Amino acid sequence: MADTIAAAIAANRFGLGARPGEIERIAADPRGALRAQLTGAAPLLVDANLPASADVIEREVQLRMERKEFKQRIAGEVPNDAPNDAATQAALQKLPALLRPIYIDDAVARVRSGVATERPMLERLVHFWSNHFAVSVDKQAVLGIAGAFEREAIRPHVLGSFQDLLLAVEQHPAMLLYLDNAQSVGPNSDAARKLSRRGFGFSAPRQKIGINENLAREILELHTLGVNGGYTQADVTEFAKVISGWSIGGGQGRLRGGEPGRYYFREALHEPGTRHLLGRSYRESGYQQGVAVLQDLAALPETAQHLATKLCRHFIADEPPQTAVDRVARVFLATSGDLPSVYRALIDAPEAWSEPLSKYKTPSDYIYSSWRALQLPVPDGPKAIAPFELLGQRNFSPGSPAGWPDRAADWDGSASLLKRLEWADQVSQRIGTRVAAAELAPQALGATLSNHTRVAIARAESGTQALTLLMASPEFMRR
Amino acid sequence: MTHITRRRFLSQGAAGAGALAAASLTGGALWTTRLAFGAPGSGADGRVVFIIMRGALDGLCAVPPYGDSAYASLREALAVPPPGAAGGGLKLDNLFALHPSLAFMHECFAGGELAVLHAAATPYRERSHFDGQDVLESGVLLPHASESGWLNRALALKDARSASLGIALGANVPLVMRGPAEVASWSPSKLAGLSEDTLQRVADLYSTNPTLSQRLADALASDAIATAGQSQSNEMMAAPAPAVAGDQAGAGAGAGAQRGGAARYLETVRAMASFLRRDDGPRVAVMETTGWDTHANEGGAQGQLAQRLAALDAGLREFRAALGPAWRNTAVLLATEFGRTAATNGTRGTDHGTGSAAFVVGGAVAGGRVLADWPGLGARALYEGRDLRPTLDLRSPMKALLHAQLGISDRELNAVVFPDSEGAKRLDGLIRA
Repeated sequence: MADTIAAAIAANRFGLGARPGEIERIAADPRGALRAQLTGAAPLLVDANLPASADVIEREVQLRMERKEFKQRIAGEVPNDAPNDAATQAALQKLPALLRPIYIDDAVARVRSGVATERPMLERLVHFWSNHFAVSVDKQAVLGIAGAFEREAIRPHVLGSFQDLLLAVEQHPAMLLYLDNAQSVGPNSDAARKLSRRGFGFSAPRQKIGINENLAREILELHTLGVNGGYTQADVTEFAKVISGWSIGGGQGRLRGGEPGRYYFREALHEPGTRHLLGRSYRESGYQQGVAVLQDLAALPETAQHLATKLCRHFIADEPPQTAVDRVARVFLATSGDLPSVYRALIDAPEAWSEPLSKYKTPSDYIYSSWRALQLPVPDGPKAIAPFELLGQRNFSPGSPAGWPDRAADWDGSASLLKRLEWADQVSQRIGTRVAAAELAPQALGATLSNHTRVAIARAESGTQALTLLMASPEFMRR
Repeated sequence: MTHITRRRFLSQGAAGAGALAAASLTGGALWTTRLAFGAPGSGADGRVVFIIMRGALDGLCAVPPYGDSAYASLREALAVPPPGAAGGGLKLDNLFALHPSLAFMHECFAGGELAVLHAAATPYRERSHFDGQDVLESGVLLPHASESGWLNRALALKDARSASLGIALGANVPLVMRGPAEVASWSPSKLAGLSEDTLQRVADLYSTNPTLSQRLADALASDAIATAGQSQSNEMMAAPAPAVAGDQAGAGAGAGAQRGGAARYLETVRAMASFLRRDDGPRVAVMETTGWDTHANEGGAQGQLAQRLAALDAGLREFRAALGPAWRNTAVLLATEFGRTAATNGTRGTDHGTGSAAFVVGGAVAGGRVLADWPGLGARALYEGRDLRPTLDLRSPMKALLHAQLGISDRELNAVVFPDSEGAKRLDGLIRA
């Protein structure tokens, strides 16, 4: 007999929300339907209109230089007053005028992909890893390349190994810019020594150069070992020296050289010598030293625990059962971080299937599942992404390197609920009576649809109100 | 038959009704919410506001210790010049100044309404933002050891019967306000409201789900107050609002939404005032600010952090104006999870540190003072050779606020609100007697 509770879990918790017909289609073998998504090509997002990060950065660097020259020129002409004419404004607005449309195009393409995909678990995993390796566009340097980061560093590796994913992410310009590593300089590097040989007073105030430990710390704390993974401040500082020189090509001065906008190892900025961290010595030189540390980090049991906990929290429950976490972590270690094997361990976890509706939807979950259920065409341009901002989860904008939180308590505030209801009502008003809520409800919720909700929908005063009630229902708020 | 309407919430709330009970339209089940914010005649007028500064505020930039001989050399180009110099800090005493962007705070200091705390920290001694914020909010010694926050536990003690003494300004409730006491949240919405009939039916749909039922009731109550408050405040605020420094570049510039961000911030601050100024409104509010994580291009007297501080300062000015007479009974705590390195890093910024500055401002504050046991910035004085050494436990001023403003006893503070905090004595005299 078809298992429609399991089918609802597969479509709504593992996927991005059931589209009409989806639950029925997978009901014979919900777990098999999920496993089938994990074979085949990587879920790339190919669109000729979406630029590569290198191209965006190259144009951005040009515009910044032009803006600087422009500012110097007007400062020379009008020493005491910044002119406010249209030409000046236009010149100063060139950068946002370049970046914001790219940001919107990428966000819209991502939303479209999530609403249309036939491999929704895989798309959810793309979102999961993007959030695990969070970059946020509230830093302007990331605005034009956050989408490219997901396309270039996450998607190609989501069905590969964690080690490859980690190496791709930590060398992507978006991450190097977001966590400030691109200009980090080893204190005994060639560049630092050259500067100190020039002596004091050569340029006043003497510009200090040195390491920036931001990326090193977040790799250990967030990307690999986890905050309780047993590293110390000394490990953070050593690791920052290891990855000094991990930078981006095409800058000026000290940052000259390399292909513009692409990852570039700057030997002159790298701290030379053997480094000691996490109980090991790294004698490699240059770029290979960082690779060696990342490879080791990817294989440590603390990393396996940390990742398994986050995955189980995402796919099973806010406080995931330790038995399931341990099982997933064991598979991670046994397969050297082969991600499809790890995903299959999640699907095989009996804990994932015992409790339907165990997760409260994030705003993003709520929007994707609504659009998928309603089969709405995703609108063009800013309209496609406005709901995410309205409901509190602006695209590519988690606001911190920890990414969006993943527990109900972080999302179930009263104001947050009211906004969902208002948005649901607005969507229903737009659809009118084109969709019959009574027919849609079992398709969207499967066997998790309660009689209470079914009755409320049946008794609604209009088709529009019935749709609002479906989207407002307790079971549609969860996955 | 009783209908649930926003107007009804408002009128009942304004009348100071103890509770609003509404029978559901279809099911006949009783859907009850307690709306009263603080029982009338309870006599407690004290307001507490906590503004969380997420990201680790650089206390050595916000409150430069210009009188410390090591300051200028540690900070190099990022040093805020001393008072009197061009772009110099605003003098507090012979050791400390306020950052020049904090003009309103400086007025409050001069008026005896701002106490500046320095070399302050929570008990947390590592350098993870997320664990640090967890400890700042939970009020316990270790990260992720408590599902509830210290403000919520204080509220639950204050009046277990009252549903909504607390409000979180934001769509969701941060950890510091989570726990046994029911807390509402509010944030501005651009969406149209639901019809009364649809609202009633949603309420009925939630009648078997206590959590959603309570959330909906809280949301409607807050929304009603905020809506009424905004129209009142628009009348009151005929004078032009102070300009907020626009965030031109760098962190926070984001998707070109910086001006919108500043406007939303002021709208949120005004809404917070509209909740707190009511006699029957909440007594405790929490608001979150971000963008203090200045690893690169931090700036000194001017620059990225200076702009953030200016916006914060403008928001506080706006808050006082919108709050009206209730300012007299208000104490606002501004605190961050930890400080930043004493020396600058290689990218014209600062990395994660330990001790930082905090502020207590408001009409209830016995201010005009810097409260600090200054450890100094000399090489041997620094914590682990790199950070401002913490000498003041942030739980001390927190205890003072809860004791004076909400009447929480020392016994309760030590047993319930801040377990394992005997070493952090209540900071006597922070609030006016």
